[in-house]
Amino acid sequence: MSELTDLTIAGALSGLDKGEFTSRELTQAYIAEVENGRALNAFTTETPDKALEMADAADAARRSGDVGPLNGIPLAIKDLFCTKGVLTTASSHILHGFKPPYESSVTSNLWRDGAVMLGKVSLDEFAMGSSNETSFYGPVQNPWRTTDGKARVPGGSSGGSAAAVAAHLAAAATGTDTGGSIRQPASFCGLAGIKPTYGRCSRWGIIAFASSLDQAGPITRNVEDAAIMLRSMAGYDPKDSTSINTPVPDYRKALTGDIRGLKIGIPQEYRMEGTPPDVLALWDRGIQWMKDAGAQIVDISLPHTKYALATYYIVAPAEASSNLARYDGVRYGLREQGGNLIEMYENTRGAGFGEEVQRRILIGTYVLSAGYYDAYYLKAQKVRTLIAQDFEQAFGRVDAILTPTAPCSAFSPGEKSDDPISMYLNDVFTVPASLAGIPGMSVPAGICSAGLPLGLQILGRPFEEETVLKVGHVIEQAAAFGARPRIWWKEAA
Amino acid sequence: MSVDTKTVARIAHLARLKVPEDRLEPLAGELNQLLAWVEQLSEVNTDNVPPLTSVVHARLPRRDDVVTDGDRQADVLANAPDAQNGFFAVPKVIE
Repeated sequence: MSELTDLTIAGALSGLDKGEFTSRELTQAYIAEVENGRALNAFTTETPDKALEMADAADAARRSGDVGPLNGIPLAIKDLFCTKGVLTTASSHILHGFKPPYESSVTSNLWRDGAVMLGKVSLDEFAMGSSNETSFYGPVQNPWRTTDGKARVPGGSSGGSAAAVAAHLAAAATGTDTGGSIRQPASFCGLAGIKPTYGRCSRWGIIAFASSLDQAGPITRNVEDAAIMLRSMAGYDPKDSTSINTPVPDYRKALTGDIRGLKIGIPQEYRMEGTPPDVLALWDRGIQWMKDAGAQIVDISLPHTKYALATYYIVAPAEASSNLARYDGVRYGLREQGGNLIEMYENTRGAGFGEEVQRRILIGTYVLSAGYYDAYYLKAQKVRTLIAQDFEQAFGRVDAILTPTAPCSAFSPGEKSDDPISMYLNDVFTVPASLAGIPGMSVPAGICSAGLPLGLQILGRPFEEETVLKVGHVIEQAAAFGARPRIWWKEAA
Repeated sequence: MSVDTKTVARIAHLARLKVPEDRLEPLAGELNQLLAWVEQLSEVNTDNVPPLTSVVHARLPRRDDVVTDGDRQADVLANAPDAQNGFFAVPKVIE
């Protein structure tokens, strides 16, 4: 029955509807794949018993006519979402043994709609990274390898999510995106991934990294699945004061294939020096697909683009240093003893946080410290205003913006580990939209010369995820991506 | 602006991070590299530009000032590395 795991969410829902198989059968097929896929190191915690229990409940609900929009669909959950009674680690040693006594709002929404949890998937520690190499539980492997068999990173920070979905260990997965952590791994693993507008999905119960930027979203095999899953994840939540009380549309209805007359902006600043020809060629192909579908191409300028990364690497660490102050060895997680209370804090945090997290806490503490606050943090917040204004002005002229998702395809393990800035540069095309809070999606659109997937990014106006999905769907149709990685991880099992 | 090992030690203490002596020098190097990189923002004219504090153009919602949750002592203490008599236990702070 292993072909059950090749079904998309939409395909599986249709099979469940017709009674061709049960959620228990579908879930069992995925549990077997999760076991066969351990060489990928995608999961931090597998929950097969819970999955079967949820599948049986979904089957029972279906029999009684109570069929939620995700009834019986097995998902992987990024280990940044708190799940009641199930180990939640943020891939950090400092959350050693933490079992939340509550469920995040987004995962509660998914279970309300009938979804099934297969387990928790790995990430860069506290979502800080672009390669999934900083996880305390070890690096995650990209199911995709180069044509000549070389290993690649899955991207990050939602690398476990992307690896699990690309290897068909889960029908889809939740991700979170602070500076590109849904879109870049989706691009690296040949998947669809959407970061909705800031405020669309509740942040309640998601372990905080940078609160003014963090947003949850789905990583799926295609755009239709992203539309289905986003609808369930999104929604107003009084427990998150930045959650926006606006109706959640049925995103699937937006996938009409008709973008005639739509104005698509092409920002000249994203044509950066040093971008590989493969990436630029794919972008040009995307522009041609838009024209072929009857959209109008408009050249636009986002003049502050080049300052986005530097702005981000002040704002995000500043917020992180504040958010991560809570890990003190007192209320949950790791405790390392010390001679007095302060030493206990310092020993716990020194042992519990990895190198990249410590680096960001230090830089964040520095830019917020007395005497430097205005020069760094306040300055960055002002430049952030200019970056957001760039988009506002552009969206006065266009309905959506098309760019590459990342400046390259998946890179080698260790390739960027020694130089933090070269790692940060990987987010150059995704960070600006995060700073502005606007929705962005990556759609698989081609294969590079090394045989690895490449994505195109679509950005939209605030709360216009429907336009983003509609355009993404047209690109998906035109690209007819369909490629899959060669299955090597089962041989390794 | 450049960071020396003394500053790294001070920042680490502010952030309650134990940084071994032999890590101070390399960390100072890394932080200086990052600070030199973000220095590019000084080229941007931000006169009369307000700082962006929220991307959401909405008023913060209000709710009635009433207790909506509580009586969860066992839940709150369930993950504590050390809990005694219904409290979090920490090393002695008062001699």
